[in-house]
Amino acid sequence: MNSSAAIELKNITKTFGSVIANKNVSLTVNKGEILSILGENGSGKTTLMNMISGIYYPDDGQIFIDGKEVVISSPRDAFDYKIGMIHQHFKLVDVFTATENIILGHEDKQNYNSKKATQKVKEICDMYGFEIDPTKKIYNMAVSEKQTVEIIKVLYRGADILILDEPTAVLTPQETEKLFNILRKMRDLGKAIIIITHKLNEVLELSDKVAVLRKGEYIGTVNTAETNESELTEMMVGKKISLNIERSVPVDPQDRLIVENIDCKNREGVKLLDNVSFTARSGEILGIAGIAGSGQRELLEAIAGLQHLETGKILYNNPKTGEVDDLKDKTPMQIRELGVRLSFVPEDRLGMGLVGNMDIAENMMLRSYRKGKSIFLERKSPRDLAEHIIEDLEVITPGVTTPVRRLSGGNIQKVLVGREISSAPTVLMAAYPVRGLDINSSYTIYNLLNGQKEKGVAVIFVGEDLDVLTELCDRIMVICGGKVTGIVDGRTTSKEEIGLLMTNSRGGENNEQK
Amino acid sequence: MSKNSSNTVKEPLIHFTKRDDITGIKSVLVHGIGLLAGLIVCAVFIMLVTGLSPIEVYVKMFQGTFGGDVTRLKALHHTAILLAISLAVTPAFKMKFWNIGAEGQVLIGALAAAFCMLEYGNTLQEPVLLLVMFLTSMLAGIIWAIIPAIFKALWNTNETLFTLMMNYVATTLVGYFIMVKDRSGRSDLGILNERTGYGYLPKLFGQDYYLNISIVIFITILVFIYLKYSKQGYEISVVGESQNTAKYIGINVKKVIIRTMAISGAICGITGLLLVAGSPTPSINESIVGGQGFTAILVSWMAKFNPIIMIFVSALVVFLGDGGASATDALKIDSSVGEVLTAIIIFFIIGCEFFIRYKVSFRKRQKGDK
Repeated sequence: MNSSAAIELKNITKTFGSVIANKNVSLTVNKGEILSILGENGSGKTTLMNMISGIYYPDDGQIFIDGKEVVISSPRDAFDYKIGMIHQHFKLVDVFTATENIILGHEDKQNYNSKKATQKVKEICDMYGFEIDPTKKIYNMAVSEKQTVEIIKVLYRGADILILDEPTAVLTPQETEKLFNILRKMRDLGKAIIIITHKLNEVLELSDKVAVLRKGEYIGTVNTAETNESELTEMMVGKKISLNIERSVPVDPQDRLIVENIDCKNREGVKLLDNVSFTARSGEILGIAGIAGSGQRELLEAIAGLQHLETGKILYNNPKTGEVDDLKDKTPMQIRELGVRLSFVPEDRLGMGLVGNMDIAENMMLRSYRKGKSIFLERKSPRDLAEHIIEDLEVITPGVTTPVRRLSGGNIQKVLVGREISSAPTVLMAAYPVRGLDINSSYTIYNLLNGQKEKGVAVIFVGEDLDVLTELCDRIMVICGGKVTGIVDGRTTSKEEIGLLMTNSRGGENNEQK
Repeated sequence: MSKNSSNTVKEPLIHFTKRDDITGIKSVLVHGIGLLAGLIVCAVFIMLVTGLSPIEVYVKMFQGTFGGDVTRLKALHHTAILLAISLAVTPAFKMKFWNIGAEGQVLIGALAAAFCMLEYGNTLQEPVLLLVMFLTSMLAGIIWAIIPAIFKALWNTNETLFTLMMNYVATTLVGYFIMVKDRSGRSDLGILNERTGYGYLPKLFGQDYYLNISIVIFITILVFIYLKYSKQGYEISVVGESQNTAKYIGINVKKVIIRTMAISGAICGITGLLLVAGSPTPSINESIVGGQGFTAILVSWMAKFNPIIMIFVSALVVFLGDGGASATDALKIDSSVGEVLTAIIIFFIIGCEFFIRYKVSFRKRQKGDK
């Protein structure tokens, strides 16, 4: 192995306002080496890579390329230093062919010569073993083909350092294997490769070294050969921190929502939910843990009537009538008409739960405006409710007529949760309800959820902070790649156990070990 | 916070920052300054190009529109028609459905009215005839509007292209109708039912156009109340702001799209009826709407979809258009001068939007850059 450093970072720090995205991160990647950067959501992986590729500029620290200190202040600079980044969301022109996309924006001081370009693309494909039709249009391509185009694009530009941001998130296991083979070949040809990931098995399978980040801080780098899953998990999730969130013992829990074997596919036919089954009980908080994008959103939206399901059942036990209704493929209106009191705090607060340009009172109306026979809006009671929520939850706002988008994140969330709770639900689903909130607002939300639990509501809490999940929830369901990898008791589980279930993309195997 | 906070980038000389919100008075002030600046630039343009006194041109513009008794009524009527079409496109625009087919929707309403006048003029009683005309015009407008809406709702087709194309279909249908009715090859059928007066809208207070203007005032109030106080108006706002939110709270987005376009089309159809039967000299031809279906888009946007502000914007646009035309006519200068003046003023007023949304600040002091 060639041991000269291709890129070296020293004490890189980057802050956004008061949020520290990266703190004193130091890394080295040698030529002919694959480095994985491992970390949970929000641990600063993507920010770090964006600094290498010239999208952000570090507040502090140095970057060395081939031993020389460099300043990378734009993507063009990065390109000049032969750094190529393959983003998670592809940046391709749909109506162009593969070749056209590959040469787009590349100035080689010659006139455009499509024959030559195609020839060069072919050479790259042969060299690394890519399979692609250079004349195929992007919109006709599957996701994995688009990714291939992105990779060829940076190679065409002569990149020696390749950064891949969660490259396997969109791929099937077979495609992943193919990609890994190509990456290994590149490594053998002397390229330096950095992949951002949170899948432990891939890290162990592919990389030579692993650098771990946690909450913006650099934890350390280990050689893959000398480590194992549990050591990496511990580095990734850290030691248990006590948050002192109250947790009462559930009183008389009854099965409220029974989800049986549901499947859900996206437009490309990739399974987003794979045979998911669980039960949410009244008077209990069921936590859902998993890496972002493992199917949490689809699961909640399916229950709320916003997502089409292939198979399975979503049964609701009506506590008033004792009837059992199947909510599968019903519209939100139909679900409401069945008398199901379902409240939903979605992940996208301003894009789904609220209307940013409307004021607090008008946002209260979203749930209640249909009431009554009149064709006109009744504005008095939503206004009263708005004032009530502002007072009770201590929402900081100039008034009820301020557009909610102008409130701070925590206050926006209080408005949304307040509205959802106000309709006296029997099931309350909350997706990342404390994301981006400060400590105090977070505790307000935990207390609200606990209050609902004590009232006998079946609470479903999708969270990302494992400390919170293990302190707040009675039971925790872990999903990975759309599959349930385990349901554990919140009182007895450990962060490591959940961490392993979360990162086990093969699903199931880990359960058997335990 | 963002990319430009990087410390190697030099702070630019002029800095634009997004404003949170602007008070009503400040907004009026900004627009007032914009209008004034526009008039000054127009004045310079008039002096340089024509050598005339700008004051004289402005006076002539006013005399040609809201200045004299006869011209005032015409200008008011013109304003009313433009306002009606602007009101028609507004509900769709609030929903972010870009209906640029008002031209065709009005035209097809006009054609329906003319058709009824000629076909049933001597068979139906006057009140029945008027009712039939009213309903067919409205229905024609609705059909023209909901075809693209249904395609949008069910298959997510592009409504802009679709509504635009429907305009040409309407134009061709009018051409065909005229050809069938009058085989002499004229592009106009002359004054419809000139001797009998069948199907003419009654005169209010014995005055031409008064009924038209009253109907438009009525529509203005209805649209204002509908958008602001009705449940359906609220649904339109929610769908326009975020379809995801609309679905989340259980609004049937497809239904709202089709229903709202039906309302747009209905108002357009009625406007078509007013253009034909509400005129003292009803006639039908391919250019009877005269591009107002497109001007209305501008009016609706400039008024920020507020029906009350739309009254003033329509009046301003008519003042510039008709006034410019009559001033160039009276002063014997080329008619394109009037069009340039209109363009300059509208450019300045729309330019105000930038200053409403952004605050401009200048770099204070040059720091030592590396």
